Amino acid sequence: MDFELDSEQQLLRDTTRDLLARSYDAEKRNQVVATDLGWSREVWGKLAEVGLLALAFDEEDGGMGAGAVEISAVLTEVGRRLAPEPILDCVLAPGGLIADVGTVEQRGRILPGVAEGTTLLAFAHQEPGSRWPALDVSTKAGRDAQGWTLTGRKNPVGHGDCADLIVVSAALPDGGVGLFLVDAGADGVRRHGYSTHDGLRGAQIDLDGVRAEPLGGEPVDTSAHIDAATIRTQAALCAEAVGAMEEALRLTTEYLKTRKQFGVPLAKFQTLTQRAADMYVSLELARSMNLYLTMSVADGRLDPVVAARAKVQIGRSARHIGQESIQMHGGIGLTDEYPVGHYVSRLTAIEHTLGGTADHLQVLSSRLRDYSLVEF
Amino acid sequence: MNLALSDEELAFRDELRTIYTTQIPAEIRERIRTGAELTREDWVTSQRTLNAHGLAVPNWPVEWGGKDWTPTQRHIWLDEMQLASVPEPLTFNASMIGPVIAQFGSQEMKERFLAPTANLDIWWCQGFSEPEAGSDLASLRTTAVRDGDEYVVNGQKTWTTLAQYADWIFALVRTDPDAPKKQAGISMLLVDMQTPGVSVRPIKLIDGGYEVNEVFFSDVRVPADQLVGEENQGWSYAKFLLGNERTGITGVGRTKVRLAVAKERAEQVRTASGTLLDDPLFAARFAEIENELIALELTQMRVVSGPVNGKPNPASSVLKLRGSELQQAATELLVDIAGPDSLPLRAGDDIASPRWAQRSAPTYLNYRKVSIYGGSNEVQRSIISSTILGL
Repeated sequence: MDFELDSEQQLLRDTTRDLLARSYDAEKRNQVVATDLGWSREVWGKLAEVGLLALAFDEEDGGMGAGAVEISAVLTEVGRRLAPEPILDCVLAPGGLIADVGTVEQRGRILPGVAEGTTLLAFAHQEPGSRWPALDVSTKAGRDAQGWTLTGRKNPVGHGDCADLIVVSAALPDGGVGLFLVDAGADGVRRHGYSTHDGLRGAQIDLDGVRAEPLGGEPVDTSAHIDAATIRTQAALCAEAVGAMEEALRLTTEYLKTRKQFGVPLAKFQTLTQRAADMYVSLELARSMNLYLTMSVADGRLDPVVAARAKVQIGRSARHIGQESIQMHGGIGLTDEYPVGHYVSRLTAIEHTLGGTADHLQVLSSRLRDYSLVEF
Repeated sequence: MNLALSDEELAFRDELRTIYTTQIPAEIRERIRTGAELTREDWVTSQRTLNAHGLAVPNWPVEWGGKDWTPTQRHIWLDEMQLASVPEPLTFNASMIGPVIAQFGSQEMKERFLAPTANLDIWWCQGFSEPEAGSDLASLRTTAVRDGDEYVVNGQKTWTTLAQYADWIFALVRTDPDAPKKQAGISMLLVDMQTPGVSVRPIKLIDGGYEVNEVFFSDVRVPADQLVGEENQGWSYAKFLLGNERTGITGVGRTKVRLAVAKERAEQVRTASGTLLDDPLFAARFAEIENELIALELTQMRVVSGPVNGKPNPASSVLKLRGSELQQAATELLVDIAGPDSLPLRAGDDIASPRWAQRSAPTYLNYRKVSIYGGSNEVQRSIISSTILGL
């Protein structure tokens, strides 16, 4: 058993941490988030330069062949700095599906550009009225003389506003859910972009008879691939949340040490320090569960129960740490200018992506009869 | 990173599992599993069997019966013991005074005490807390005054667990009332419970049982060679001892077994729409406790497998705090499952309320202790906030 990063992984973590620390402070992030794009192409270029966008792809697809542990290490740093660059939405999640399902030709055509940062992807899967785990797909794939077309509505699509190429899930005529590539500029694509409450971007994407290219050549049921991608994305989100919680707690302890009231630092009040200790406990439990999920994915064990264990713990920890962080800061914690509230917003958004705490607890509670003694 | 145990560790685990499940009497293990009380003889039988297999005191120096195990092996030893419902070696002997004597005692003291301590030929109790010295242990008042080759001890200890079974007590006493810091005037003495002037008075607890006592010392004459280490160094020995206590208190394996038992019980409780285990609110609560336990277990594994650099892993402070809370959550669950059958107290087998249900409320009430002893959870939080968060 070994829960530590090896030296190469530590180097990757440190490189990411340094790059993002040089790129962002709270003020700079607020400026970037306020732009139309919502993130920085300059920072994106730097991420590509050091190879962070190529991380997860095979070497023959222009990538670095890294696994879940490396992805987790990078995403934790993204969370720590609250970097708005869409590494998960525009590279890892949709890129992972192309790598998984795409033909050699498709991978060779698309992934090198993604790894270099020149092509932005998105994964359009969720639809109005459906929520995890019952992500029913009603977008329809149809075939005519020229090939395949898609019709339906996808929302929310993380960073669907800026993507060049969209991976879209759609119900196949003979049953099953296929994956298709759609050019964001194609006829019949209508995008309604928006900001999300955490400062990131999303879009509703309406498809009306849009020309689409089946991922993997002939369309087949890809539900298993989508499920696997979902767990990988949940793992990445959990890692990001751990970084965000760590920083929220760090900001809070700094504040308790420096902010004076009644002539003394807030850290003199045990009613606050005892609660800060509980926040630390929540953080460590979340970190343990994130490592568990990360290592499971790295071992090829894409198990929804493991993902649920991590999502439940991280959801609970995130609410606890988030709410206490703001409370212990007082009014300043609610301001746009001060960073802690933005961490809480991001943690809240993560919780509501790919299943909330209650949804995942339902996964666990419905399986109680499967075993006597609980084990990991 | 790697989540799996090595092949050697798996073989080690299987070997222990076999010893635990074949050598320790089944009726003792069943009593542990279901939370029934153990007799003094049960404890002694179990520890002597473990000791005969070299498994009572692996944390001691090899010279005195310990094993040169890795932290992971030690973890497996304890975890498997708990999962097999084997009574753990008496903590006062195996985790507290044994390691202290092995570390700080004279050669003569080691030869005299360590072997019978490992074999539970001597049953030790802990004389630390006093009526005015709880979490603030250093303010203890029991005095020991040197008189020739003896110390004369006067004062009172309290919360002394199982003193009614004990042959000896290790006690913190004040030997220098004028020391500049109150911690600096404390020594540790070993006292035979049969010495004239030692008396024990039981404290009846809310669960109706006797497990703690008051111990009084009235002009008790203790041979000076029963002083551990040096005079006035007792506080550092006590800190060493309490550090050992905290890591052993997590109890993940024990709580897992208790939850498995609770699940069996819940499946037998009928509700309007099935059994209690089918009730969505109950199932959610159960699943949440299980999940919290897994998170704690993984945290413990991080601590156990972490790099050894002389510094304790900061996450280890989480273990006592969460471990005690989850032990309490499990006993609370059981009393809620028992419901109205938890009302009769020690009414025997002649009524419809089963024995386990009759035990559930006393156990629930009794387990409020685990967040109080071994450094109360508030003390643990203070340790986290000061040493980890720097507050």
